[in-house]
Amino acid sequence: MTSQEVAGLAPELKGAKKGQGETPVLSAGERFTSYDVEAFEVPSGREENWRFTPLKRLKGLHDGTAALDGRATVTVTGASAETVGRDDPRIGEAGTPADRVAAQAWSAFAEATIVTLDGTPDPVTVTVEGPGAGSTAAAHLQLRTTTHAEATVVLEHRGSGVLADNLEIVLADASRLTVVVTEEWADDAVHVSAQHLSIGRDAVLKVVSVALGGDLVRVSPTVTYRGPGGDVDLVGLGYADAGQHLEQRLLVDHAVPQCRSNVLYKNALQGEGAHTVWIGDVLIQAAAENTETYEFNRNLVLTEGARADSVPNLEIETGEIISAGHASATGRFDDEQLFYLQSRGIDLESARRLVVRAFFGEILLRIPTTTLPELRARLEQAIEAELAATGV
Amino acid sequence: MSTLEIKDLHASVTTDEGPKPILKGVDLTVKAGETHAIMGPNGSGKSTLAYAIAGHPKYEITSGEVLLDGESVLDMTVDERARAGLFLAMQYPVEVPGVSMANFLRSAATAVRGEAPKLRTWVKEVKSAMSDLDISDEFADRSVNEGFSGGEKKRHEVLQLALLNPKIAILDETDSGLDVDALRVVSEGVNRFRNESNGVLLITHYTRILQHITPDFVHVFAGGRVVESGGPELANDLEKHGYERFVKAPA
Repeated sequence: MTSQEVAGLAPELKGAKKGQGETPVLSAGERFTSYDVEAFEVPSGREENWRFTPLKRLKGLHDGTAALDGRATVTVTGASAETVGRDDPRIGEAGTPADRVAAQAWSAFAEATIVTLDGTPDPVTVTVEGPGAGSTAAAHLQLRTTTHAEATVVLEHRGSGVLADNLEIVLADASRLTVVVTEEWADDAVHVSAQHLSIGRDAVLKVVSVALGGDLVRVSPTVTYRGPGGDVDLVGLGYADAGQHLEQRLLVDHAVPQCRSNVLYKNALQGEGAHTVWIGDVLIQAAAENTETYEFNRNLVLTEGARADSVPNLEIETGEIISAGHASATGRFDDEQLFYLQSRGIDLESARRLVVRAFFGEILLRIPTTTLPELRARLEQAIEAELAATGV
Repeated sequence: MSTLEIKDLHASVTTDEGPKPILKGVDLTVKAGETHAIMGPNGSGKSTLAYAIAGHPKYEITSGEVLLDGESVLDMTVDERARAGLFLAMQYPVEVPGVSMANFLRSAATAVRGEAPKLRTWVKEVKSAMSDLDISDEFADRSVNEGFSGGEKKRHEVLQLALLNPKIAILDETDSGLDVDALRVVSEGVNRFRNESNGVLLITHYTRILQHITPDFVHVFAGGRVVESGGPELANDLEKHGYERFVKAPA
């Protein structure tokens, strides 16, 4: 499916039971998973899972040629962190790798970081620093809450090099977690990340993803619910510059009743070869009665030569749901909006900035300023800098 | 003292079938202290005249001139025209989701005035202008025109007129779609704006608004140009006889 074909709103529920449009997706719930890298074929680029990703830029993460002998530095402030071995029984609690790079990272990490969130009100910051230019590394991080705990975590990625990792988020029953994940990499960085989000009964997870830096960033979150009453918001923004590849592939697997999911991702693209990919798979299994789900992807193409791919996919195996919907829209600046702003004296460049700021505002507003007073301002400034860099 | 001069203006609209001429030689001069009403049947090109002067990219000027105080407006970008002192109150104001009215108004005032208004006086100024137009405070936090009713949009156009204080204001069917009360509020707003140093070009299909805003001149627009000009009495004639004689006349 090309970006042209997905422009405009995808009709609600159209072809939902058999998957969206002409994309013959294997039921997302039946996808193959394994901890063993050798259980996965080396991708050729033709697989549904890899067809949008420029494999040549993965620095060998997908075909076993990456040395993975570098080390990503993980710094945790605001909570106690444990460094554990591969045999820690908690490892793997949230999920199993579903693609070769995730399995590669799983097979290669030497030790994992586990952060237990037991309800300390102050926000926790986890900073992951890349292994450095020319170096490749595997990493494993787990965030876990205790029952009834409420917590806020900022997970920052910065630095240079190539990182493949698995992030496990394990929400205990009735706990509430807000996680802001930032990709603030240097220009050379490659980050391929599998997120395993396991939601306990009546637990609430909010994830705000902000992807700005890096040469290639591919993040694959999988949401599973362990009991009824789970509630997940995944929102994100991406700002792709010339030559930059930002990819988000989500699977929300509703296998138990009475759960909710809401997904909103927005990307802006500018410059030759800027590429964003958004795959949103939502599966409502037969047992998942009274599910409520909505997913929406919007892409704003700021200049010629950029490409946004967007594939929402909804599979529904029960009619006993509250609501299910998906939508995708890709477009350029609205000339009438720009004319209106300009007719009030605002110059074209400022008018475009107002519109882009407004476009991302909806996502940034989800970052709680009470607990994270400086983060939103910092990310707003980073976006301003992106805008200023090419004079959009 | 400001003057807007429109001289033999020809303009085309871009369509799928190619350019289509709409304005066919418009001549009109609006001086400070004057209010001109342009009246005409649907499809006569009234709105095209407004948008062509404002610089909408859909319209191409094929010949003629538009001068503001002797300066060629047609050589300016849309925002330069606004900063030079032109204002267009639109028939269909555009929604800009995510941009708050407060942010928009301040950005516009900063651009037009050449410097950011002092925050303390600005807040008072906006509140007072909003209250003049019966606009409640909550609108400041809402996105520009988003979810506004037709009447609310028109009030906000007049609010911008008050705050940006242009030399020449073009009001494109600001009266259309308004109920009697809203028409009164909007007309009062326009009347507060009018003074000896600015001019108003009021484009309308109906004579109703002219009971609230008394024009100095009335022009009949048909076939893409001004076909007859007169005083306020011409509006009364149109009220009685309609546009029939102008539509039937060969363009």
